[in-house]
Amino acid sequence: MLSVKGLRAKVGEKEILKGLDLEIGRGEIHAIMGPNGSGKSTLAHVLSGRDGYTVTAGSVTFDGQDLLALAPEERAHLGLFLAFQYPVELPGVNNTYFLKAALNAIRAARGQPELDAVAFMRLMKERLKVLHLDDSLLKRPVNFGFSGGEKKRNEIFQMAMLEPKLAILDETDSGLDIDALRIVADGVNALRNPERSVILVTHYQRLLDYIQPDYVHVLARGQIIRSGGKSLALELEEKGYGWLGIEEAA
Amino acid sequence: MTVSSAVEAIVTSEYEHGFVTEIASDTLPPGLDEGVVRAISARKGEPEFMLDYRLRAFRHWQTMTAPRWAQVHYPPIDFQAISYFSAPKSKDGPKSLDEIDPALLETYTKLGIPIEEQMALSGIAVDAVFDSVSVATTFRTQLAAAGVIFCAISEAVHDHPDLIKQYLGSVVPHTDNFYAALNAAVFSDGTFVYVPKGVRCPMELSTYFRINARNTGQFERTLIIAEAGSYVSYLEGCTAPMRDENQLHAAVVELIAMDDAEIKYSTVQNWYPGDAKGRGGIYNFVTKRGDCRGARSKISWTQVETGSAITWKYPSCLLRGDDSVGEFYSVAVTKGRQQADTGTKMIHLGRNTSSTIVSKGIAAGEGEQTYRGLVRIATKAAGARNHTQCDSLLIGARCAAHTVPYIEVKNPTAQTEHEATTSKISDDQLFYCRSRGLTAEDAVSMIVNGFCKEVFKQLPMEFAVEAQKLLSISLEGAVG
Ligand SMILES: Nc1ncnc2c1ncn2[C@@H]1O[C@H](COP(=O)(O)OP(=O)(O)OP(=O)(O)O)[C@@H](O)[C@H]1O
Ligand SMILES: [Mg+2]
Repeated sequence: MLSVKGLRAKVGEKEILKGLDLEIGRGEIHAIMGPNGSGKSTLAHVLSGRDGYTVTAGSVTFDGQDLLALAPEERAHLGLFLAFQYPVELPGVNNTYFLKAALNAIRAARGQPELDAVAFMRLMKERLKVLHLDDSLLKRPVNFGFSGGEKKRNEIFQMAMLEPKLAILDETDSGLDIDALRIVADGVNALRNPERSVILVTHYQRLLDYIQPDYVHVLARGQIIRSGGKSLALELEEKGYGWLGIEEAA
Repeated sequence: MTVSSAVEAIVTSEYEHGFVTEIASDTLPPGLDEGVVRAISARKGEPEFMLDYRLRAFRHWQTMTAPRWAQVHYPPIDFQAISYFSAPKSKDGPKSLDEIDPALLETYTKLGIPIEEQMALSGIAVDAVFDSVSVATTFRTQLAAAGVIFCAISEAVHDHPDLIKQYLGSVVPHTDNFYAALNAAVFSDGTFVYVPKGVRCPMELSTYFRINARNTGQFERTLIIAEAGSYVSYLEGCTAPMRDENQLHAAVVELIAMDDAEIKYSTVQNWYPGDAKGRGGIYNFVTKRGDCRGARSKISWTQVETGSAITWKYPSCLLRGDDSVGEFYSVAVTKGRQQADTGTKMIHLGRNTSSTIVSKGIAAGEGEQTYRGLVRIATKAAGARNHTQCDSLLIGARCAAHTVPYIEVKNPTAQTEHEATTSKISDDQLFYCRSRGLTAEDAVSMIVNGFCKEVFKQLPMEFAVEAQKLLSISLEGAVG
C-alpha cells in the first residue's frame, strides 16, 4: 500500500534522506529503529507533507497515488495518520471539537455523511474505553498543558477515532510510563486489522514486546541499511548500532 | 502551506457585502456650514430645541481641530468634501414593511437580515438604518405593550421630546471631542430605546446600519435609557458597500443605567475594510459611553470588530453608582492594511465598583492594532476593582500589535490587575491540524475562534454564531 523508492530529501541545504526504499503491505506492522538524528522523523514528516522539506529524488505511492503531489490534509483524507513525536498544543481549541471537525472533514472528503453529535459521542466513548483515557482531557484544549504521556495517549486516541489505513507512530512510546505503554500498545493492537498498516518508529525493543512487528528496519545515514524480522530488534538491543558499522549517534 | 502563505490568501479574500443598492436618494451636496445644519434639521422637521442643540454643537466644532493622537495613519480628512445627509427618496416614513422600497428590502436580505422572517420567527426586533434614515422598525407593537420605546431617534425627537431633552448629550456632551461635536451637529438618525422601571425587555433589540450612498458620512446617534431595575440587550451590526474613496462613520452612542438596571450592548462591525492596497474603506471613529448612574447598575460592551479601514473607538463606562459594574469584551481583527486603535475606559467613581476588560486582538497581513485602555480609580472609589486581560494573536510576520494600558489609582483600597499575552499561529500548529484532515483555512479559523471564545460567550446565542461565521469569512481564502 505504501511504496517508497529512492527517496532523497533536504532540509535547507542539508540532505537528510539519501535514497530510502521502503515497501509496506496492507495490514503489516513495520518497526523503524535507528540512531538519533538519522532521519526517522524527517521520513515521517515528508510522508505526511510537512513544509520545509525538499524532495530531490525518488517517489512515494500510497494506494497507487502519488503521495508527494498531495496536500497534508489530502493525505489524511486518503487515510494517512502521523502520531507526532512532539504533539502540538492548540490553546483555546477544544479537544472534542477538534476531533469532531477532523473526523467530519475526512468523512466529507470521502463522500460520507457527517457524524452528528450523538453518533460522535458514542464512538468517542467506545474508543476512550480502549485507551483508558480520562475523559476530562477531552474537555480541555488540544494538548494544552497535557503531560508528556497524556499528549502521546491523546495522539493514539486521535488515531483510534480517525481510523487511518496507515499510521505512523513517531516515538509514541518515549515518555510513557510502563502502564501507559501497555495501554497504548493494547490500543494499537485493538486497532490492528488486515486493512490497517502501522509504522512504529521507536528506540526501544520493549515496545515490540507488546506490539509484534512483521518487519524491523534500521534507518541510518538517511537510508534503510538493514531489514529483518523481530529478531533484528533483539539483536540491536544486545549489540547496539555499532555492530552494523555505524556510530550510536549520528 | 505556511502561515505566511495562508495569510497571503486571507488578505486577498473578498469582502462579501460590497454590493451597491441602486435607489434614488435625496442627498445634500458636499460641504458643511450652518446652512447645512439647518437644512438637516429642516428635512427632519425638527422642533426648535433640536436645531438649537445642533447649532451649539456646530459652533463649538468650528473651534476644534481633528485629533491625531491615535496610533493610526491616514491623510487629513476634508470635512467639506463630505455630504452630511442622504436618504432614500420617499414621501413620508414607512408605516409598514409593504411600503418599503423592495430594493431596500432586498439589500437587507443580501445582508442576511431577515426582516420579514424575524417578524414571524425569531423574536428579534430590528431597526434598520439605511444611510441616514431609519427605514423599518419591527416589533414596535409588542414592545410597546411592555412599555418599551424602540424607535428611530428622529421619531423620538418628535414623540418623546422630554426624554430627548433630558438625556441627549448627557453622557457624551457635544464638547467631549471633535467627532462627538460633529455628530451632535449633523447626526441624521439612529436608534432610541427607553426601558421603563422594572421592565425586562421581552426581546433582543437590534439595529443594522448600512452605508450605501457615495461620499456620505454616516453620523448616527444612539441613546438607550434603562430605568431602575430594568434590563435590555441591544445589538448593532454594520456593513457597507465597496467604494474606492474612504467614508467617514462618526457615531455617538450613549447608555444610561439607573439603580439595578442592566444594559448589554453588543456590536458586530463589518464595515468595508478597503482593498488589499489600502484603498477605500470606512473610517470608523466612534464615541461610545455608558453611564452607570444608579447603584448596582451594570453596563457591558461586547464588540466584534472585523471591518473598517480604520477603527478608532473606546466604548467606556462611567461607574458612578456604588457597586456598579462595567464590562468590556472585545475582538478586533485587522488584516490587509486595516488599522485599529481601540480599547476602553473604566472610570471608577462610586464605592465598590468593579470592572472587567477582556480584549482579544488579531492581526494578520499588514494589519496594525493598538489596545489602549484607561482604568481610573477616583479618590472616593473605595474598594474598586478592575481586572484586565489583553491578548494579541499575530498571524504572519508583517502585522503588529501594541498594548497601551493607562492605570490611575487615587484610592489605596482599590485593586487592579493587568495581564497581557502575545501569541502567534505557528507553522507547527497549522501542519498539525492539516495532518488531521483539516484545511489550513479551517485550522486558522478554529484557532482564532478558540482565541476569541471568552468574548463570543458574551454575545447573544444567535449572534455568537454569526460572529464566528463572520470571523471565518473575514479570514477566508487561507488555502492557496
Ligand atoms: N529544520 C531543520 N533544520 C536543520 N536541520 C534539521 C532540521 N530538521 C531536522 N534536521 C536535522 O536532520 C537530521 C534528522 O532529524 P530527524 O528529526 O529526522 O531525526 P530522528 O531520526 O527522528 O532523530 P530522533 O531519534 O532524535 O528523534 C538531524 O541531524 C536534524 O538535526
Ligand atoms: Mg525523531
